[in-house]
Amino acid sequence: MTGEIGAIQVLIELLYLIASVLFILSLKWMSSPTTARHGIWAGEIGMVLAIGGTLLNHGMSYHLIAIALVLGAIIGVPLGEVAMTAVPQRTALSHAFGALCVTLVGSAEFYLRTPDISRFMMAVLSLEVILGGLTVTGSLMAAGKLQEILPQRPLTYKGQNLVNFLLLAGALVIAVSLVLHPGARSLFPFMVLIALAFGVLLIIPIGGADMPTVISLLNGYAGLSAAAMGFVLDSKLLIIAGALDGSSGLILSIIMSKAMNRSFTNVLFGAFGQVQASAAAGEEARPVRSATPEEAAAILSAANRVIVVPGYGMAVAQAQHKVRELYDALTKRGVDVRFAIHPVAGRMPGHMNVLLAEADVPYDRLIEMDEINGDFPQTDVALVIGANDVTNPAARSDASSPIYGMPILDVDKAHTVMVIKRSMNPGFAGIDNPLYYLDNTLMLFGDAKAFVGSIVRELSGGHG
Amino acid sequence: MNSSSNLINALFIFVLAGFIGFEVIRRVSPLLHTPLMSLTNALDAIAVVGAIVLVGEHKSTLSTVFGFIAVVAATSNIVGGFLITDRMLKMFKSSRPADKSVTK
Repeated sequence: MTGEIGAIQVLIELLYLIASVLFILSLKWMSSPTTARHGIWAGEIGMVLAIGGTLLNHGMSYHLIAIALVLGAIIGVPLGEVAMTAVPQRTALSHAFGALCVTLVGSAEFYLRTPDISRFMMAVLSLEVILGGLTVTGSLMAAGKLQEILPQRPLTYKGQNLVNFLLLAGALVIAVSLVLHPGARSLFPFMVLIALAFGVLLIIPIGGADMPTVISLLNGYAGLSAAAMGFVLDSKLLIIAGALDGSSGLILSIIMSKAMNRSFTNVLFGAFGQVQASAAAGEEARPVRSATPEEAAAILSAANRVIVVPGYGMAVAQAQHKVRELYDALTKRGVDVRFAIHPVAGRMPGHMNVLLAEADVPYDRLIEMDEINGDFPQTDVALVIGANDVTNPAARSDASSPIYGMPILDVDKAHTVMVIKRSMNPGFAGIDNPLYYLDNTLMLFGDAKAFVGSIVRELSGGHG
Repeated sequence: MNSSSNLINALFIFVLAGFIGFEVIRRVSPLLHTPLMSLTNALDAIAVVGAIVLVGEHKSTLSTVFGFIAVVAATSNIVGGFLITDRMLKMFKSSRPADKSVTK
């Protein structure tokens, strides 16, 4: 395939090399918000060089390519302009698109090359198509759950893991037989279909709270399938981009699983929803203390240090702009307000940061869990908005709790804890939260957006 | 043939790029994990080059159709991915001006 037209081929490879370097720089500059936007430029230039270089290939017909590029851009623009609250499902959808591209190219290459294909190539091609296929449907399922087109509750049935395992084994058996007999082309569609089905079944038992891990994992799969495609096409650029994306997804999955004190296998094969029922029963009538917006405002304005703990509930209630107003009102009164961000708060890694940044909360006020946890004992008020499990002290003390061992934000150590919550219903995972019954906890019952709004009104009204 | 040496080259590149990726991404601020994911998504869509070759070479109807859809899907990731990453990063502002007024 290579080496037919010397000079142009060398030029193309050099462009690919520059693009690879730019891609690495692009990710390197993401290390800090001050340099991150250079990273986008680097990525964009790299992309243009790579696509430009590819178009230099000898004997290409351009009109179909042009139509496809324009169509893609037309679809891409609205996908780039979704609301920030919809970013998790958008991300899942784009994993599906990326994997779709890889799966289709892999399938096309299969039919172009077989039966004259080396065993190694056939093995890599199978890997590409299986990983790609399961990522397509898995990501679509995840997007559907996040968009609430599909039920968010984990769906489980008896023998679920056995079925999944058998499906995967089936796909691998077909892959092996294709490696041994590349001429058996009729087997190939079955392998793809099984991979697609496996992706669906893999995500069915996964609940909303596990989405950050799952999205990261799918990101990793998409990257690895692209790297496999790079092996098939002998494209160094693609191998590099795939390896970068794959390691990114893998690192994020590791961070997310650690933040939930769970292993990959546990997230994928141990649906969360089943454990709760026993824990929640029998603790109905424990007393809680509640407070009105006026009382909450009085306590907040008397405080010196406040830490706000946002969670997915804040995103659902679209309360981030009201929270910013609260931040402004308190900061004006000289209160030190910071935000404690748990790694798995929200539905994807970094979700809360993006929402709060959109509402113009300065990013140096958004503090990671490990950094801020030691400050809770010196904090006057911890205000929990739409977060639940990540503040549950049972994770530290109650070995029978399903979330035992999960690192949490130590809000219970603050002098006063205020929790904005719709009602006493247990959170997503259905686990009761002892935080609500502590002596220093005040429950603020109501919609997050409306409640924060009334606190802000109290604060500004009381002042002038 | 030199296909086995190609394979070894490819493996070297994959492993080394994986190491670079690991070291670089470990240093990404958790603040930016969401834009990181949308950026890697856009970069990953470089798979479009493989799809473009399929469409351009027009070797069979199937490969052209598959390639065409693949180009559309990947391009939408490139365009959408860069757009939304840029939008997100624009929103991250430091409170430095506010800090100045405090120290005054």
